[in-house]
Amino acid sequence: MSLRGLLIALTSLILCASPAFAVQTGVGQGGFVPVDSVPLADQLPAAPLLITAYAFVWIAVMVYLLSIWRRLNKVEADMRALAQKMPQR
Amino acid sequence: MKKAFGPLAAVVGVMFVAAPFVVANAPYESTMGLVQKIFYFHVPSWFAMFTAIGICGVASLYHLFKNSPKADRLAEAAGELAVLFGLMGLVTGPLWGRKSWGVWWQWDAKLTIALLLEMTFISGILVRKYGGPGSDKLAAAVGIFGLAVTPFVYEAVNIWRTIHPLTSVVPTLSAAMAGPFWFCVSAFMLLLVVLLTLRVNLGARQAALDELYLAQED
Repeated sequence: MSLRGLLIALTSLILCASPAFAVQTGVGQGGFVPVDSVPLADQLPAAPLLITAYAFVWIAVMVYLLSIWRRLNKVEADMRALAQKMPQR
Repeated sequence: MKKAFGPLAAVVGVMFVAAPFVVANAPYESTMGLVQKIFYFHVPSWFAMFTAIGICGVASLYHLFKNSPKADRLAEAAGELAVLFGLMGLVTGPLWGRKSWGVWWQWDAKLTIALLLEMTFISGILVRKYGGPGSDKLAAAVGIFGLAVTPFVYEAVNIWRTIHPLTSVVPTLSAAMAGPFWFCVSAFMLLLVVLLTLRVNLGARQAALDELYLAQED
């Protein structure tokens, strides 16, 4: 191999290996840093849970009222239909 | 009762609209913070469920021994409402637990018996729907069984070791927390009265329809 070829091979090798030197150690990868409390950003927010709980109660009452209203309407419709049939007999 | 129903329903509506504002003004609990405010709807929903179970159980006993269709209709209505309010408790509880305990559910004595109680009253509804002739008596027995189980749900935290707050929490509430809490309890109890009246009325209309069908067949 000529000297020129050797230089090209060496330069190529250095260029290929350079990203390995450029890599920086990520946070928490090289060592863990202890803290006393969970960071604020990682805490489970309470507001959505609270709002869901209150909304569920409201929705449950509304759905139940709707179910009573529908059942009552059906009974009334059946009664009217039956009352119309009865005089014909 | 018919004259009082409209104003009572209006009062319940106003109380439920006002409740979040009343609760917002209550102080935060020191360790749980904001999520503890679920307590103001969670506990009253169980109170309403226990009251509905009490009504269902007594009416079921009366129907079982006196064969009273009126008592049966009351038991049916109260049993259905026990399921509704129990569902509220079973949904709001895990939402509170997820933040406070870090889990949605724990198979401890209190929570497990509460779930079984809910399933007992769901079974009462299913018995009435698919049980055929005599299902009213069977449903009455289920209602009485549910009533017998209820004290265990309430006392479970005092009998067994659980992660659920103790029954001593409510009697020892500070005045600033007790006011909003009893306001919400009143709202839930009045809601129970309103829904029970509506449901009993529906039962009465269904009974009238059944009588019409029988008259037509005769």
